Amino acid sequence: MPTLQVSNLHKSYGKTLAVDDLTFSTDPGEIVGLLGPNGAGKTTTINMILGVLEPSAGRIEIERHDLATDRRQALLRTNFAAVYAPLPGNLTVEQNLKFFAMLYGVTAVTSRIDTVLDEFDLVRFRRTKCGVLSSGEQTRACLAKAMLNSPRLLLLDEPTASLDPATAREVRAKIRSVATDLHVSVLWTSHNMYEVEAVCDRVLFLSRGRVLLEGNPKTLPEEHGKTTLEELFIAVAREPLTLEP
Amino acid sequence: MRFTPVRAIVLRQLYLLRGGPTRVLSLVIWVAIDIILWGFMTKYLNTVTAAGFDFVPVLLGAVLMWDFFTRVMFGVTMAFFEDVWSRNFLNIFGSPVSINEYLAGLVCSSIITSTIGLLVMLVLSVALFGLSFILYGGLLVPFLMVLFLFGIALGIVGCSFVLRFGPSAEWFVWPIPAILSPFAGVFYPISTMPTWIQWIAHLLPPMYIFEGMRAIITGGTMSLTSLVIGGVLAVIYVLGASLLFTQVYRNAVRTGLIARYSAETVA
Repeated sequence: MPTLQVSNLHKSYGKTLAVDDLTFSTDPGEIVGLLGPNGAGKTTTINMILGVLEPSAGRIEIERHDLATDRRQALLRTNFAAVYAPLPGNLTVEQNLKFFAMLYGVTAVTSRIDTVLDEFDLVRFRRTKCGVLSSGEQTRACLAKAMLNSPRLLLLDEPTASLDPATAREVRAKIRSVATDLHVSVLWTSHNMYEVEAVCDRVLFLSRGRVLLEGNPKTLPEEHGKTTLEELFIAVAREPLTLEP
Repeated sequence: MRFTPVRAIVLRQLYLLRGGPTRVLSLVIWVAIDIILWGFMTKYLNTVTAAGFDFVPVLLGAVLMWDFFTRVMFGVTMAFFEDVWSRNFLNIFGSPVSINEYLAGLVCSSIITSTIGLLVMLVLSVALFGLSFILYGGLLVPFLMVLFLFGIALGIVGCSFVLRFGPSAEWFVWPIPAILSPFAGVFYPISTMPTWIQWIAHLLPPMYIFEGMRAIITGGTMSLTSLVIGGVLAVIYVLGASLLFTQVYRNAVRTGLIARYSAETVA
């Protein structure tokens, strides 16, 4: 059973088509990279899976719970972290985690908070207000929040964008182990092709709201006559039509 | 409805109150200034009027009740504004919390903050100016309840406007009580006003409360029918406001407003 099943998803704003007949699924333990140039529809897709944006058509199921008709059950199994959605800066890390743990119906809140604080090296910031954390620490706090409810589906929108290389590597390793050990399905957007190649099991190249290419990030460039994933990305961004299957 | 998310929203408000003394001060300072200002005003009026009429229960009592209503309304909107100011919509509405749970959390937060304001007002008005509510007897509870419900309704309406039109529409919320007060007959009987304004007044639940208060103070009784009308109207307003918020939220989800909510993106 796929963790996430997206079927024939459309989103239009007036005459502008942001997502056009998108269909894909993610399996337990699989990290899927959602790639594409700015405006390709990545964040729009993530927002629809999060339930904060209503699709014009199509269906989203999370562990077979239809987001449109069973939102609570679907979102109880989901969490996310994004650079543009920091935790409120006027609460401490611990207060934020407690607040979100309660929103997500986490049981044994205290021990779960201790666990995620430890996992993301935030113990010493427990009583620090999120607003005074560095951007890297804030990102780790967001990731800690994203893991609070032990989600089955984790949505990560450029999760390492503001991290230094060492921390980014640690975070990638953490997410990789979460996916593998806990069979969490991860949908990951990034513009860092090195990172995508290192972390993702499969990538979907979006262009103009459609899946243009799909495959293993390690073999996909060669299949399309490119040497690196970055080269392929640039080709998709510049001349998407020439790469259409 | 699950109660844990409601408790979470209340807990968040308590954290903010605990973490920032200025937030507690804002709950206390305005109501204290109002009570002290109007308290001295009523004392002065008592000395210059020959008839021996006691202005304390009429004016100071009205100020206290109106300020309570105002604090209830602002209690809802302030809890909502915390999410606006901290750009927290994506985190909140991308979670399993339902709109009903979210609104219930805002209302419960308001109960706490408005109770703090009410207690401060009661202590000051009773201790400094001898205000007594004995005359009202058991009616005080329904009086406060009607004002509370109407405050909740207007608070939710304020939140709906800010959700729809963006943070820059915040200015709309603050003057609402001041705009309504002339029509609600807070300080004078509605018979003082032109007929067309009286019609508007009849649509406002507080009018029934303040008219009733004045009737009791002047030795009369309050009609139970008026109290029921005020209560029913207040409930209708709460339901209408909740419906409005839900519709505005649904529209925001449909148009993508929630996902890109900021002062710059909301026209």
